[in-house]
Parts: sequence; structure tokens; C-alpha cells
Amino acid sequence: MIETLDQIFVLLQHWLMGLLPAGLQPAAGVVLGVVAIVCLFPALFALTTVFERKGLARIQNRIGPNRVGPLGILQPIADGIKSLTKEDIVPLSADAAVHFLAPLLMVVMVFMGFAVLPMGRNMVLVDMDAGLLFFFAMGASTELSVFMAGWSSRNKYSLLGAMRAVAQMISYEVPLLMSSVAVVMIAGSLSLTKIVDAQNHYTWGLPHWYIFTPWGLAGFLTFAVAATAETNRSPFDLPEGESELVAGYHTEYSGFKFALFFLGEYLAMFSISGLGTTLFLGGWSAPFSFLGWVPSWFWFFSKMMLSIFVFIWMRGTLPRLRQDQLMNFAWKFVLPLTLVNLMIAVLWRFLGEGWQRWVFCSAILLFAYAGMGLAGMRRGHFGPRRYRYAE
Amino acid sequence: MTPLASYLIVAALLFSIGLAGALTRRNAILVLIGIELMLNAANLNLIAFWRYGPHPEALTGMMFAIFSIAVAAAEAAVGLGLVISIHRHAHTTDLDAMNRMKG
Amino acid sequence: MSIAFYLIAALTVAGGLAAVLLKNTVHCALALTVAFAGLALFFLQLDAQFAGFAQILVYIGAVAILVVFAILLTRGSETPKDGVFSRNWLAGLVIAAGVFAVLGWAVLQSVSVLPHETAAPTVTVLQIGNALMRRYVLPLEIVALLLTAALIGAVIVAMHEKEGAR
Repeated sequence: MIETLDQIFVLLQHWLMGLLPAGLQPAAGVVLGVVAIVCLFPALFALTTVFERKGLARIQNRIGPNRVGPLGILQPIADGIKSLTKEDIVPLSADAAVHFLAPLLMVVMVFMGFAVLPMGRNMVLVDMDAGLLFFFAMGASTELSVFMAGWSSRNKYSLLGAMRAVAQMISYEVPLLMSSVAVVMIAGSLSLTKIVDAQNHYTWGLPHWYIFTPWGLAGFLTFAVAATAETNRSPFDLPEGESELVAGYHTEYSGFKFALFFLGEYLAMFSISGLGTTLFLGGWSAPFSFLGWVPSWFWFFSKMMLSIFVFIWMRGTLPRLRQDQLMNFAWKFVLPLTLVNLMIAVLWRFLGEGWQRWVFCSAILLFAYAGMGLAGMRRGHFGPRRYRYAE
Repeated sequence: MTPLASYLIVAALLFSIGLAGALTRRNAILVLIGIELMLNAANLNLIAFWRYGPHPEALTGMMFAIFSIAVAAAEAAVGLGLVISIHRHAHTTDLDAMNRMKG
Repeated sequence: MSIAFYLIAALTVAGGLAAVLLKNTVHCALALTVAFAGLALFFLQLDAQFAGFAQILVYIGAVAILVVFAILLTRGSETPKDGVFSRNWLAGLVIAAGVFAVLGWAVLQSVSVLPHETAAPTVTVLQIGNALMRRYVLPLEIVALLLTAALIGAVIVAMHEKEGAR
């Protein structure tokens, strides 16, 4: 019974495949998986827009959408109808072909990234040997679509927003990759299913997730920072901040194309949260061994939604970083920290089991973090900020 | 025509298109684009020969292609840095106008 | 040859042709990206998955963006008044056509002695890692040095000159 519930989607897929003749079955299996992903994640996106607006509203001491449906749950339907029926305005001097292709490219590339995420036991669409590399390759292509959107609009603000966004995304791509390399090194494979399998063990009921190790915690934190910057979320949302650059690179987009950009951004958030849970939070494995009876896909999606909740929380709480602060942060703080993290992971592996590796690795990481933080600060010491007021 | 021969013809075609681009365009950046096309055509050649060659398990062709990708990226970075620097000096990227060493 | 090969070949060659023939420089750069994507698909068809994904990651994710940044920083998006082809374009075209003729003749002449299709090699990332760390460790380290030198060199070349040195 537990097995059936855990594998219910796989069994459903096999049953549907069985209805077709044998020649079409492999293709049908893949198509069913694709249809499932294409239907599920936009539905989650709709749910997340309500979640975000209500969550941000509560953080900002207001209520949020509450007119459409009970507690505003049906707001996405209203938003969808609005964006579909709005007039599609393309500026006269805009480059029509590139202007049209930019949101399409972004959404397609983000959807491709979902193909390698293991969403449950045996629930990965394509189990590739180099799955992580494929995911990052798809993520790298979204930067090009951002540039295309900004340039084709022939608008100074769009171009400026696009350049800033691309510079930010490229700068944070390196820490993103380096944090994952530490995980790959310890797990011994680029395949995401093998990385989850390596974390699926329990000691005294506690899981072997990589976040519970010093290098894993540091890696997860740098991964989270880099992921927030890659998806242009606050506090790194200067390229699209409403008070900064109108709407940045999607200023000249209206109606459905804007909805596609919005969809692309949220789906990128989902996919990178999914990757973060796979790499550091154990993917579809349960937190405690006695909870193993709960279906694996439930754990994956709840961890992913927890990460989304943290994204929304950060958006409502932290102020925006300026472009130069953001770039400084990436190159002078996060990147050296990821390199130190790599060394720590190596040390962890070669010190062998025991308490020594915990102490050494944690000590070196704390020292590096404090040292680099102190070196980058202008004040030169930790402590509460003292304000000077004009006389 | 064997599969290998068809891949080689496509690679040769891409190479000559890149060469034509590098030799006929005015803008320095388009010359660099032509060079990147040529490097990519060579990579295709390498991978095709690796796949259809006698010892694909030795991974020689794939390694060569991966190193070639890395070197091409480095060369593109330096070349584009040079083009930006020249533009800052001469305020043009037109190669027909930059035909003297002086100034 | 399969239909997939012809489609990918058409895509790549069209991208390459557009990259060298179009007037708008940014369009050329985007057509170059299409050519890169076509080549990545070729690599995937040739069972070189690692090379294909590395091609997408490095070329489309970095080199294409580098090219468009350079175009924007050098105001390449304005069309020049003298046309986009240089004065001696015919000589360049003839040379390129000559090179293609020689290469094509060489390939077609040697069709009989070229190696035939072997079974698809299964290349795992583990094998690539082993190869990089054992047999090819020296080229790996040299490429690392080269990339560092290129990074520092590109920054120095493109840096603004100090005010006093003018």
C-alpha cells in the first residue's frame, strides 16, 4: 500500500503506456512525463503567485488579494484572464523577431531544466549520466533570452536593465556551479539520481543530507545566495525593481508575453529550488527514517515549497542591493567562500569518519567566513552600526 | 556516402563559411565570429572522427574537443577585449579604416 | 543518413550563413548562437553528451554573451555607412570557396578508406574524469594556466588607461 502510494504516478504512467501498442510505448512514456511536468509546474506557479502576494502582504502588514474566491485563492485565474486579453503592444522600432522569441526561449529553456530533477523514487524524466551539467547548460541559455528581451525593445531602460541582469547572472553563475561541484565531488557522480541515493541513508534515524555537514551547510548557503541572484529575486532584483528601471528588460512587454516572462522567472525559481533540494536537502528522502512511509514525491515538493517560502520571505524582508554592491559581493565574497568550501569538502573526505573532521572543517569555514567578511567591511570590526547625524 | 563523410562535409562547409566571414566583413567583431565558427567546425571534425574511429573508448577525440572549447573561449575573451580597447582608441571597429600601425 | 542529421545540418549551416551575411551585428551574434546550438545537437547525435553540454554551457552561455556585450560596448549595432563588406570581399569569398573545394574533394576521394561505423561508445562521466586526471592531467593544468592568463590579460587589455599615462 505504501509502495503503491509512493509509486502511484509511475504506475499510472505505465498503465497509460500499456493501453498503446508496443511500438509507441517508449515515446508515449516520455510524452506522458512531459505533459505531467508542463501541467504541474504552471499550476504550482499559479498557486505561488497567490502565496507570494499574500505572504508579502502579511509581512508588510496588509492583507493582499482577498476578493477573488475565498482568501483570494482564485486570483491567478483573474490574472491569467487579464494577461491573455490585454493588447499585445510591440514598439514600432523594436526588433520584432527577437522581441517575439525572447520570452519563448526563456520559457523553453527553463522547462528543459525540469527534465533531470528526480521528483520522487524512480520519478525522473530523463536519468542522464551528466544530469547536473545538462541543468546548468539550460540555465546558462536563459541569460541570452534576457539580453534579447532588453536589446530588442530599443529602449534605454530595457537595455540597461538587461545588461545589469546579464552581468549579475553571469557573476553568480560561477559560485552556483562551484557550490555544486563540492557536492559532486563527495557524491562521486554528476547524475542527480545518484546524488539523491548517496544522501538516502540514515544514522540513528537522522538523515545523511549534505546540508548537515559543514561544507554542505556553507555550500547550501552560497548556493541559495547564488540562486537568488540567478533568478533575479530580491534582494538581487535591481534589474527588474519597479522603483529603479520601470520594469527593466521586460518594460516593453505587455499581455501574454509579459505573463510568459513572469512564468519563466517563477519556473526558474522552482527548478533551482528543486536542484537545491536534490543537491543539499536529500531530494525525495524523508527527514527521519521512521517517516519513510510518506510518499517520496511529497517530501520533494514540500522541500521545494519550503525553499520558495524562504525566497518570498527574503523578498519581503531584505532591502535591495545596488549593482556594484551585488557584483562586489559575488566576486569578492561568495566566490572565495565557495573555493574554501571545495577545499573543506576535500579535507572532509580524506580525514575519514570521526569527530576531527567536524571540528577542523567547521573551524576553517568559520574562520574564512569571518575573515573575508571582516576584510570586506569598511568599518573593520563587527558590532552594531553607529549613526552620525547631520548637525 | 558514409556517415563520417557527411559529418566531415558539414564541418568543411561550416569552416569555409567562417573563413569567408572572417575575410570579407568590415567589423572586427564579425571577424571574431567567423573565427569562432571555424573553431566549432574543427570541433565537429574531432568529435566525428572520435565517434567513427578505431578506438572511441580511448576518449582522445572528446578530450581534444573539450580542450579546444576551453581554449576557444579564452581566445574569444582576449580577442573581444582587444576589440573593445581598439574601439576606445580609434572610435571605430572598421577594419578597412585601421590599415596603418601609426596613430 | 537520418532525417535528424539533415535537419540539424540545415539549422547549423543556416545559422552560420546568417552569422556572416546579415547586416545587423546583433542579429549575426544571435545567428551564431543558433549555429552553436546546432553543433551541440550534432555532438549529442554523435554520442558525445559531455562535449555537447559543455558546448552549450561554454559557447551559448558565455561566448555568445561575450560577443553581444562587445558589440554593444563598441556601438556595433549602428549600421556603417560604407556597407558591411570590406573592399576586397571577392578575394575572401574566392579563397573560402577554394578551401571548401579542396576539403570537400579530399573527403569525397577518401570515402573508401575512412573508418566505418563502430558500435556507439558508452562514455560515462567517470571515464572522462579518470582520463582528465590520469592521461590528460598535463593538458588540463596547462589549460587552467591558459585560462588564468586569458582572464588576467583580457581584464588588463580592456581596462581604462590611467589618467596620467595619456
